[in-house]
Amino acid sequence: MMLDQDSGLSLAIAHIVQRLKGSSLHSQLERQARVSLHKPEIKLESLKEDIKEFLKESGWEKKLQNAVYSELNVFPSPCHPAAPPEQMKEPLAYMRKAQGSWEKRILKSLNSMCTELSIPLARKRPISEQKELLNKWNEMGTDEPDLSLFRPVYAPKDFLEVLMNLRNPNYENGDQPSSRNHLGLIQVPLKVKDIPELKEYFGELGLNTGQLGIDDSAQVPPELFENEHLRIGQKVLTEQDSAAAQQYVRQGCPTALRAELWALILNISNQPEDILYYEQLKSNVIQHDLLVDSLIYKDVKLTASNDDYYFVFEDYLYQVLFCFSRDTSVLEHFTYSSATPPKSYIRGKLGMEEYAVFYPPSGVIPFHGFSMYVAPLCFLYHEPSKLYQIFREMYVRFFFRLHSISSHPSGIVSLCLLFETLLQTHLPQLFYHLREIGAQPLRISFKWMVRAFSGYLATDQLLLLWDRILGYNSLEILAVLAAAVFAFRAVNLMEVTSLAAAEAVLADLSTLKVMPLLQIFLFATVT
Amino acid sequence: MAREPVPCAVRAAVALQAGDVQTDLALPGVAVIDVAFPQAGAVGLQEIVFKNFYTAFLTIRVQRRSPADVAGEGPRKWVTCLRNYCLMPNPHTEEGSQDYFSVFRHQMLCDVDEVMAIRMILRQPSPVWLHFTIEELQIYPRGQESPHKDFPSWLSHLTSREQPANLHGGLPNPEKVSAEVQQMWVLTEMIHANRAAARIGRFDVDGCYDVNLLSYT
Repeated sequence: MMLDQDSGLSLAIAHIVQRLKGSSLHSQLERQARVSLHKPEIKLESLKEDIKEFLKESGWEKKLQNAVYSELNVFPSPCHPAAPPEQMKEPLAYMRKAQGSWEKRILKSLNSMCTELSIPLARKRPISEQKELLNKWNEMGTDEPDLSLFRPVYAPKDFLEVLMNLRNPNYENGDQPSSRNHLGLIQVPLKVKDIPELKEYFGELGLNTGQLGIDDSAQVPPELFENEHLRIGQKVLTEQDSAAAQQYVRQGCPTALRAELWALILNISNQPEDILYYEQLKSNVIQHDLLVDSLIYKDVKLTASNDDYYFVFEDYLYQVLFCFSRDTSVLEHFTYSSATPPKSYIRGKLGMEEYAVFYPPSGVIPFHGFSMYVAPLCFLYHEPSKLYQIFREMYVRFFFRLHSISSHPSGIVSLCLLFETLLQTHLPQLFYHLREIGAQPLRISFKWMVRAFSGYLATDQLLLLWDRILGYNSLEILAVLAAAVFAFRAVNLMEVTSLAAAEAVLADLSTLKVMPLLQIFLFATVT
Repeated sequence: MAREPVPCAVRAAVALQAGDVQTDLALPGVAVIDVAFPQAGAVGLQEIVFKNFYTAFLTIRVQRRSPADVAGEGPRKWVTCLRNYCLMPNPHTEEGSQDYFSVFRHQMLCDVDEVMAIRMILRQPSPVWLHFTIEELQIYPRGQESPHKDFPSWLSHLTSREQPANLHGGLPNPEKVSAEVQQMWVLTEMIHANRAAARIGRFDVDGCYDVNLLSYT
C-alpha cells in the first residue's frame, strides 16, 4: 500500500488514534487528567504542559506508549484509502479465493457432521445441566462424554494438500519441470528471506551475542551473561516498557521473569474489567452448549491428555478453549486475517439478516491439534483469566496465521516456502535424496510448523523458541528451526530409503536444543 | 469525500514488441497505456491512483501545452514526470503485485499543470508472469478543496514545544505531518465507516442462539 513516507505516517497516526479512541485506556487517561487538576503542581497558565508532565511521571504515558506499540505490532500498516477492506485481509485475489474454498469445505464438513449425528450446532442448556456444569467447572476433564462419533473437522495433512495445490493463475505453471517450478511442494512465488537476510533479521541470535538456551548452560559461569541478563530483565519489568521487553526477549527470558515479560509484550494487565469479561464468557459457556465444545473435548483428549508434559493441565485447557469459542472480541482479528468467520441463522429465520449470527461466536473452528497452542502457556500462567487473555492475544497475533491461506511473511504458506527454499539452497543433496525416495521434506515438517512445535519439543526449549517469536513479532523462526532440524539429522536422513524411515528419524525431537541448532544453521554453516 | 476523479479515456495496454506479434513467442515485457481527457482538455494533476496487476516498474510521461496557449493550437511536448517507479521490489515474487498505489504531484520530476494526455509505460522484466497491467486508474486534478469535516481541534496542535532530539536526521517535519494528519483523519473516518459494525459482546439474538446449520454464502 504505497503512500509516500509522510502521508503513510500521518495515516498510521490517525488510524491508531481512531482505534484507541473509546478504549478503557482512553477513559482512564481522561479520568487521571481530570483528577490531576486538584494537584498543586498543575497551574492554569501552563495547564497542558503540566498535565502532560504529570501523566509522564505517574507512568500513564508509558501505558499509552505500550498501547500504541501494541497496535503497531498487531495491525498491519493502513491500506491505501482506495483499497477495499479485503485488501487488508489478503492483497492477492487468488489466495482469497483459495481461502474461501477451503473454508467452504470446512463448513460442509461441519454441517454433514451435524446432520449425521442429529446434533444442533448450538443449544441452550436446561437449568439442571447448567448447575451441574458450574459445579464441575474446575474438573471438566473427569467427564467422559461419548466422542466416538465426532471426528476432527480437519487435520494438518488435509490443509497441506490444499496448500500444495495453490496456484497463481497468472504464473507460468508449466507441467514441464523448469527453473520456474519449485522443486518442493509449494508452487507460489512468494518472497522469502534468504540466509544473509535472515542473519540480519535475527541479528541478536548471532555467535557474539549472549543467549538463554546456550550461555546459561551449566558449564558457563553465570557472571559471563546470565546474571547481567537477569538484572536487565528486572529493570525492563520495573520500567514497564513493552518495546524494551520485546527487544529483551530476543535473547531469551529468564524462567522467573517470563510470565511477566510476555504479559508486558502482549500488553495484558489483567484489570478488574478483564476478569469480569472472563467471568461473562464463563457464564456464556454455562448457558449455551456448542457442537464446537465436543470438537474441543475430542482434540484435548487426543493430544494434550496424551502428552507427558501437558496432561496435568487438561482442565485448564477446557476452561480456556470453551471461553475462547464464545468470545466475540476475537472477531476483530478477521479485519487483518485472510479468513472469514462462518455465518449462520437462528433456527427458522434463514436468510433474515437481523437473525444472522457468527458460529462459533469467536468465528474460529478448532482443528486437530488446536489445543496445543494453549498447553505450553499453562506452565506460565495459573490464574484462568490471565491465562485466557494471554492465549487470546497470542492467537490473534500469531497462531491464526498458521491455519489460514495468505501471502503474509508469517503466514503458513510463506513459512513452508521459506523452509523448502532454505533446505534446497543449503542442503541440496539431502533435499534431492529425500525427494527421490518420495519423502518431500515439507510432508514431515509441516505438522511441526502448524503447531509452532508445541508437543514436539521439550517444554523449556519450546518456551525459548516462543520467546523469539514474541521478540521478533514473526513466525519465520519456525521455518528456520525446521530446516535446522533437518540439517542436524542430515547424516541419518541420507541413509533412509522411504518416507516412513525418514519420519522415524525425525519422530522424536524432545532431546533437541533449539538455540544451538538455530545459531549453527544461521551463523556457523559454510554456505 | 468530495474529490472527484477526472473522467478519462483509458486505452487498453498495448505491448511493445519487436518482430511479428502473432508468431513471436517471447513475452514483450513492456506495455503502454494511453490516457486522454476528452472533456477537460488540459488538467493539472494532483494524484494518480491505481491498482497494480503484476507490473514491476512504471514510467509516466505527460503531454503538456504551454500555459499561454489557451486555444490548444501551439506545440505540445512530451515530458517524463516519473521514471522507473518501482511497484514490485522483486519482479519474480508476489510483493506489491496486486497493491494499490498513489503517485502525488510532489513526487513528479516536472511540473504537471496543463496536461493534455498521459502515457504510462509499464515494464515487467520477469518472464514468469503471463499478463501484467494496471487497473482502476483514477486521476485527481489539482485544486479540489480538502473537505472540512469535523475533526478535533487538538489535531491542529500536534507539534510539541520542545523539539525532540534529532536521532537520525531522517524524521519527517512535524509541521508537515500535522498538516497531513488532518486530511488523513478524514480518510480514516471514511475507512472506519466501511468496516463492519463494532462488536458489543453478545453473540446471541435476544437471548436465543439456536443455530441449525452453517450458511455457505
